[in-house]
Amino acid sequence: MSALLRVSSLIAFVLLWQLTAVLLQSPSLPPPAAVFERLIDETASMAMPLHLGITLTRVGVSFLLAMAIGTVIGIAMGHWRRLDTFLDAWLVLGLNIPALVTIILCYVWFGLNDWAAIVAVAINKIPTVVVTVREGARAIDPRLMQVAAVYRLSRWRTFSRVYLPQLHPYLMAAARAGLSLIWKIVLVVELLGRSNGIGFQLNVFFQFFDIAGILAYTLVFAGVVLLAEALLLRPLERRLTAWRG
Amino acid sequence: MLDIDIIRKTYPDRGGRSHVALADLRVSARAGEFLCLVGPSGCGKSTLLNLVGGLDRDMEGQIRFDDQAGGAGPGFMFQEPRLMPWLTVLDNVLLVSTPAQRERAVTLLQAMELGEVLHAYPGRLSGGMQRRVALARAFVNDPALLLMDEPFVSLDAPTADRLRAMLVELWQRCRSTVLFVTHDLREALALADRVCFLSAAPGRVVLELPVALPRPRMPNDPAVLALQAQLLAQHPDLLTGLIAGTRVTDVPNPQGNETDA
Repeated sequence: MSALLRVSSLIAFVLLWQLTAVLLQSPSLPPPAAVFERLIDETASMAMPLHLGITLTRVGVSFLLAMAIGTVIGIAMGHWRRLDTFLDAWLVLGLNIPALVTIILCYVWFGLNDWAAIVAVAINKIPTVVVTVREGARAIDPRLMQVAAVYRLSRWRTFSRVYLPQLHPYLMAAARAGLSLIWKIVLVVELLGRSNGIGFQLNVFFQFFDIAGILAYTLVFAGVVLLAEALLLRPLERRLTAWRG
Repeated sequence: MLDIDIIRKTYPDRGGRSHVALADLRVSARAGEFLCLVGPSGCGKSTLLNLVGGLDRDMEGQIRFDDQAGGAGPGFMFQEPRLMPWLTVLDNVLLVSTPAQRERAVTLLQAMELGEVLHAYPGRLSGGMQRRVALARAFVNDPALLLMDEPFVSLDAPTADRLRAMLVELWQRCRSTVLFVTHDLREALALADRVCFLSAAPGRVVLELPVALPRPRMPNDPAVLALQAQLLAQHPDLLTGLIAGTRVTDVPNPQGNETDA
């Protein structure tokens, strides 16, 4: 039933698009068929897979970097009150600094290269991971930690089997919110300072007023995001929360 | 052999002043002995177990345990089951053990009638079953020392009796030294080789009582009830804090006088 609803919602969207395009008859809104044709051309020429691959790599690396660093800082801040107080102002600054500012500064300081791009994206994301994970670290159940202590579990076992599972819901929330933010920032980073990737391509299309190209890339990108959600995040979440049954 | 000699244990209360939880508390238990500590609420029983279990090391005095087996920590049962909700029943037991002990853990759980739910998550089990898992976890390493902090409170009477029977059976097989804390006098009399009574805070031992009743015994056995009635008669002042914890209506009974003689 819900699958049927999802499919009919998709069909309704395409129909609406077709209808609007026919009514407007304007080059700024090509009909779906033209966009799909364009999509196939771009795929056949390998241009799209190449740029998509590069963008996805940047997304993946900066996502992992932001999650790892954000988790460590979040746990530390949730644990040590003084560190929390000390870093709190930095965190507020990090949460509120515009993405554009970090991107420009990273390019200026580290040069127009991939590492600057990835660092810029990660810096934008780390504060939100920290805030979420810190909440989780504060909610750790001391009674379960006592079980680990009284049975003399090793540090690693305590961390992986007793501590980390308590953080899972928070890490999942951070990952979800993280991916959707990182997709968007990576495109801006590419537009501003890289000569490949989807963000760069969109800028090229913009300059040639190639609306079909822009829409084709957008569609593929949206498709990839949906796939990542369905094939990676949701199964992972299902596995981690199996015990809630 | 377990030797507890606590000169003073204090901790800061909410106002920041220091509160004496235990003072001049001396208890020792022979290897393999089942020792019950009975005391009113707030007399520092849990504090004492945390000290013995090594969860808290901040005190004046010393606690010695000559562990012939060596190695692993004590078995510990808390007031709540405290199982990891994300681990299955078997994994909860193996968490405190080694993979090599898998077979032993399975046998233990099967003996406790948990064979059907080895791979279920604790959230699906009843309170009584969760306690049984916690009991299996406490015994899986054959601990030389077993610490129990009112592990059977908030269970209905038949379930609690069943768990007590399982505990005694496991203890008789493993020959662990058991330190069992409770505020329920009948429970203590039903389980222990020896009962130590603690005073209100700061807790110290005010009376020791060897219990020579034959096993198996249950809290509702006439002999246990008689012994309780006799104790209440002999030391009314001592046990005032405890009567509230036990069901007073159960205490006087006609059979009591027969076994008294």
